[in-house]
Amino acid sequence: MTDQQTFSLDGKSIAFEDGDTIMDAALRSGEYIPHLCHNPEFKPHGSCRVCIVNVNGRHVSSCTFPASQDLKVESNTAEIKQKRQSLLQMLFVEGNHVCPGCEKSGACQLQAVAYYCDMLSPHFTHFFPRREVDASHHDFLIDYNRCIVCELCVRASNDVDGKQVFSIQQRGIQRHLAVNSDSGRLGDTSFSKTDKAAHVCPVGAILPKDIGYNQPIGHRLYDRQPISQVGDVAANDKTLQEEDTPHG
Amino acid sequence: MADINNLKNKLEKTRPEKIKLATTSLCGCFGCHMSFLDIDERILQLVELVEFDRSPINDIKKVGPCDIGIIEGGVANAENVEVLQEFRKNCKTLVALGACAVNGGIPAMRNQFELKECLEEAYINGVGIENPMIPSDPEIPLLLNKVHPIHEVVKVDYFLPGCPPSGDTIWTFLTELIEGRPISFPYEQIHYD
Ligand code: SF4
Ligand code: SF4
Repeated sequence: MTDQQTFSLDGKSIAFEDGDTIMDAALRSGEYIPHLCHNPEFKPHGSCRVCIVNVNGRHVSSCTFPASQDLKVESNTAEIKQKRQSLLQMLFVEGNHVCPGCEKSGACQLQAVAYYCDMLSPHFTHFFPRREVDASHHDFLIDYNRCIVCELCVRASNDVDGKQVFSIQQRGIQRHLAVNSDSGRLGDTSFSKTDKAAHVCPVGAILPKDIGYNQPIGHRLYDRQPISQVGDVAANDKTLQEEDTPHG
Repeated sequence: MADINNLKNKLEKTRPEKIKLATTSLCGCFGCHMSFLDIDERILQLVELVEFDRSPINDIKKVGPCDIGIIEGGVANAENVEVLQEFRKNCKTLVALGACAVNGGIPAMRNQFELKECLEEAYINGVGIENPMIPSDPEIPLLLNKVHPIHEVVKVDYFLPGCPPSGDTIWTFLTELIEGRPISFPYEQIHYD
C-alpha cells in the first residue's frame, strides 16, 4: 500500500485518490465548496465557475482541477468569496429571478449558494431579458427566465435517459437551453417525469406541475439550514426512489 | 440583541442629537413597512435612539437631512425617481429594503412587456373595462418604460433582501448599524422570498 495522498484545503489536509478532482476529494471528506453546474453523478462541466478556488496562486474551478500531492488550495477566503458573489450576481441579473414568485424558492440551489456566499444584492444592472415559459408538457414546465444554463438536464437526458431531449444553442450571451422537437416544445418530446433529467435542475427552471406550495415557504430545504449542511437540490430529490418503491 | 440603554448612553456621549431616520415606499406594496412595524414594542426602544423624519409612519411629506434613509420599492415612475434622488441627497446612509428595492421584485415582471402593452391591457383591452382610455392627467406621475431596482438610479449603501425582510432582520440591521458594528445576520434572517 502506498502512503495516503493529500492536499491542503484552507489549511486542512484532504485525502484523495488517483483521478480525483479537488471537488471529488473535498466532497468525500465532507468539505463544502459552493457549486451549481456540478453534480457528482455527472461528468464535470466547469462552466458556472462558482467552485472557483485559489491553487498555488492560480484561480481554477475545483470540479475540473485534478487533485495532486501537496497542492495548496484556498476556498474560504475573502477574495474567493468576493469572486463567487460576482459570479452569482451575474447569474441573477442575466436572467429573471423573481424569488417571491417562484415555486422553487427556499429549495433552490442558486439561492442557497447565494445565501452561503452572503450575497445581499445583485450589484449589477439587470438585463431583464424576455424569455418564455413552456407549459406544454403534462407533468413539467420549463421557465426559461430561471435557467442558468448549467447543462445538467442536457447531460442527464443524453447520458442517463438516452433521449437527447435538451440541447444548448448559440454562444456567449445568446447561449440558451433548447428543447429538441420540431415545435421546440417539451410537450412534443418523449420527456417523462421519471427521467433523470426531470430531477437534476438546481433552480426553478424545470419544475413539476401540481406541487406548487405544498411544502410551505419557511419549511423548505434551505430555509433554516445552509447548503453546506443540507447538500444539493438533486441529492435531496427523493421522488425517483419513492416512485420505484412499491407502496402498501 | 443590542442592549438599548447601553447603546443610548454610548450615543449620548458622542452626539447630542438623536439619529435621524427617514423611510419611504416607492414602487412597493408597503409590506416592508408593515414588516418594519413587526419589530412590535421594540419600536419604543428605537425611538429612544432615533427621530423619524419623512416616513409614512408620521406622514411628514418632505425629507430633510438624515443619517439613515430606508427605501422600500423599486423605481417605476417619474415621482419615484425624484423622491429617491431627494433621499440620496439628504441621507448619509441609504438602505434598499426588500426585494423590490433590491431587484425590482414583482412589479419588475412588467419588464417582460412594452409599457404600451401594459397600459392597453389595464385600461383598454382588459376584462370589464368601461369607458376605455389611458389616463393622462398631469397629476399622475409618468411611468418609466421599465421598473428598476434603486441601485440602478442612485448609489446604495446597504441592501436588505426579502419579500418582506422580517421584523427581526430589520431590527438586527438597525441596531448593528446604529451601534457602528459590522453588520451580520443569523442564517434564517436572510432570504430572497
Ligand atoms: S430559480 Fe431560484 S433564484 Fe431563480 S427565482 Fe426561483 S428561487 Fe429565485
Ligand atoms: S433547465 Fe435547469 S438543469 Fe437545465 S440547463 Fe437550465 S438550469 Fe440547468
